[in-house]
Amino acid sequence: MKKNKHYLLPDISRPGKVGCQLPELDVPAAELPPREKLRQELTLPEVSEAELVRHFTSLSRRNYGVDTGFYPLGSCTMKYNPKWHEDIARFPGFQDIHPYQPADTVPGALQLMFELQELLAEITGLDATSLTPMAGAQGELAGLLMVRAYHRSRGEDRRRKILVPDSAHGTNPATAAMCGFEVKTIPSNGDGNLDLKSLVSLMNEESAALTLTMPTTLGLFDPRIAEISAIVHERGGLLIGDGANLNSLLGKVKFGDLGFDCVQLNLHKTFSTPHGGGGPGSGPVCVKAGLADFLPSLLVAKDKKRYQFTSPPITIGRLGAACGNFGVMVKAYTYIHSLGAEGLKEVSENAVLNANYIKEKLKPYYHLPYDRTCMHEVVFSGKKQKARGVATLDIAKRLLDYGFHPPTVYFPQVVEEAIMIEPTETESKETLDAFIEAMIEIAREAEQNPELLHHAPHNTPVRRLDEANAARKPNLRWKMK
Amino acid sequence: MPSPYIPNTDQDCATMLRDIGAGSIDELFQDIPAPFRDVPFHLPPPLTELELREKLNRRSRQNASLDNYACFLGAGYYRHFVPGVIGHITGRSEFYTAYTPYQAEASQGILQAIYEYQSLVCQLAGMEISNAGMYDGSSAAAEAALMAGRITGRKNVAVLSSVNPRYREVIGTYGRGQDLTIHELPPDFKGMPNESACLVVQQPNFFGYFEEVKRCAEIAHGAGALLVVIFDPISLGLFPPPGSYGADIAVAEGQPLGNPLNFGGPGLGIFTCRQEHLRQMPGRVVGRTTDAEGQTGFVLTMATREQHIRRERATSNICTNEALVALAATVYLAAMGKSGLRRAAELCYHKAHYTAEAISKLKGYSLAFKQPFFKEFVIRCPQSPEKINRILLKEKIIGGLDVSHLVDNGMLLCVTEMNSRQEIDRLVSALRAL
Repeated sequence: MKKNKHYLLPDISRPGKVGCQLPELDVPAAELPPREKLRQELTLPEVSEAELVRHFTSLSRRNYGVDTGFYPLGSCTMKYNPKWHEDIARFPGFQDIHPYQPADTVPGALQLMFELQELLAEITGLDATSLTPMAGAQGELAGLLMVRAYHRSRGEDRRRKILVPDSAHGTNPATAAMCGFEVKTIPSNGDGNLDLKSLVSLMNEESAALTLTMPTTLGLFDPRIAEISAIVHERGGLLIGDGANLNSLLGKVKFGDLGFDCVQLNLHKTFSTPHGGGGPGSGPVCVKAGLADFLPSLLVAKDKKRYQFTSPPITIGRLGAACGNFGVMVKAYTYIHSLGAEGLKEVSENAVLNANYIKEKLKPYYHLPYDRTCMHEVVFSGKKQKARGVATLDIAKRLLDYGFHPPTVYFPQVVEEAIMIEPTETESKETLDAFIEAMIEIAREAEQNPELLHHAPHNTPVRRLDEANAARKPNLRWKMK
Repeated sequence: MPSPYIPNTDQDCATMLRDIGAGSIDELFQDIPAPFRDVPFHLPPPLTELELREKLNRRSRQNASLDNYACFLGAGYYRHFVPGVIGHITGRSEFYTAYTPYQAEASQGILQAIYEYQSLVCQLAGMEISNAGMYDGSSAAAEAALMAGRITGRKNVAVLSSVNPRYREVIGTYGRGQDLTIHELPPDFKGMPNESACLVVQQPNFFGYFEEVKRCAEIAHGAGALLVVIFDPISLGLFPPPGSYGADIAVAEGQPLGNPLNFGGPGLGIFTCRQEHLRQMPGRVVGRTTDAEGQTGFVLTMATREQHIRRERATSNICTNEALVALAATVYLAAMGKSGLRRAAELCYHKAHYTAEAISKLKGYSLAFKQPFFKEFVIRCPQSPEKINRILLKEKIIGGLDVSHLVDNGMLLCVTEMNSRQEIDRLVSALRAL
């Protein structure tokens, strides 16, 4: 990443410059509405194309992506994104088609979507898929709206509570609230597993579902999953999965076998479509047959050899004006086809191997709250360092000086000073060793020179930023006159 | 064959297992009960890059790609010119392979780009603040309705019947979770339903025509409701922005700002509102601040509204949004500048009017509405639009959207700067020949 003097667009704007040309009007001009019905002023930057390219290239050099280096952001599955998948998504027959074209003009796109629905159903061990949710959180929304519709269809309106483990992603309780449910939190026990006593006491005739991330956000698989599923189902509830951590189960274990009724996936994590600096994502939702009629519209159906959009009979409705983030689906489809069943299994096995390797190597230096075999990610606590006045945030910022993107920090909230490391399968042992070495060095610095860490990062384009002031006096835009 | 995406060699795996103290990879999966482990997966056999490029190239060619057709289809997703420079900038992998910028010091590029996006969108819409974007225009409209509900504490949402029907459906889906009641109002409505949180209007409306938005604002505000406007970003090169006629929240589909159609996704939900409503705004937002040495820098801010901090009390559950599409919109608006955007809007306006006039002179065709329009309009056809579209297809023309369920034999046509005079004349001759 580069330190350089940076500018905002208004700083480089000069009257009369243009960054793009459009052709002359080739039809007779029509009469415009009277002046008072037209826009009086529009101020946008005026920049030449060359300056525009320099501006954004300079910005890109102040940014860190997977292609820049190791990005062990826990819970985010920052794996390498094969370059040629991008090329395929840009084929004109995929990129330049309109969502409302007649179905018989887009059979290739519909077939791809149909097959992806089937592939994801097979991978999750569930019966039906809707690809329409545009990100994981929207997939969760679809899931819980289906839960609501399911219970109502059975005359069980009183089930208005959703049980959410305390280690869950924030989107789980937020989604439950958006769907009108009351959230009941279930604590974790000393092993990092769900506290079954609490589950038993809270899972009653007013509870609609348990939302569960498996493996959990602690990177641990709960061996009592069958028991959990039985408790929920015997009491009339549904087991809803957050598929954020599928990378550890890919090609080895099916959510359907574990008892899940519904799971949302993140194609932009597990299936190697890039994150785009925060999106676009894609959050397909897969369900057991009993929920299939509630799926969000649209689905792609195959009738003899014809593919077409359909809407399930008692759908929860539309989640977007089209059929989901097709451009992302193309890349995930390519990914699954390039790996096959064996390749997917190698993904999860290597992801789990890499995480356990980091766990063992760093265990002597950082507190490990749950000393068990982990899955695709490992959660440490910075409390040893905290005792010397060095916060997890300092450790994260110091890693930037060593050229690594920091892990996820302060999540899950159930671990004090959490440091959540997810290496993924696409990293080499050499990279892991270099990261481990940096972490060990930082642990040493925390003991010998804590001041150095308090002021980290030292080598980034900007130094530590004042977040408190940003929130106190929000400056959310520039203004141009 | 070793995978190009898994660098561990057998030797590496053996060394790592030894350091972990495990006998095999299987041992690492012991927490998963045996019956659930290593079950069969029925998936197609793996293909190499060479094979998949060929297979998917063939698959993509089965679609009628619009670079081979004259396209007059819009209805919310539009073919506008995408300057080549955009793909080169969004193709910088420092942008597209990054995650959400939680670590600001390593993410100044995307953070500043989003700050510029928020600024540009506010300049364009004449609104005070913008978030970093939502999934698409329809979900942004739905989030606007939920936000109006939170601000006013009311449960009724009024939506004009001239709003895109798909947007109305999405508002319905999102509204159900909060027990909102959606009321559909005719365009000549006189008043608001009691205790309405907001009035949702689309400008220009689904049929392409301009609504009397000032009247809408007066009625909504008179009833203590917010005005939510769904706008067409390209139209704002020529026509007044929502901020100038009283919008409290203004949303849009951002796809037309420098993005291909992609079969409808990814798109971009533009979401802007008045400053006073900042704390009720959903989604991520970037703010400007300074670093320890006083240099300007950018961070995600106002996070206490968001799910990862506030959990069930967040303003929305949204996490991943459409950052890369927002980046494309940012580059587009900067590349077009004020003269470019005005010109794009003018080209759309004149070409659409040229087309409408030529078609309305044909025997059996007429314009369904008399109001002024921008780039879309509805024609009444002498026979079913579906049949007409099938005939047009043979002429390599993708016709307009069939809206015969809303207007007798109605077809919603869209004309943009992408339609040359030759294409328009071909459409008119084809319709004449029917």
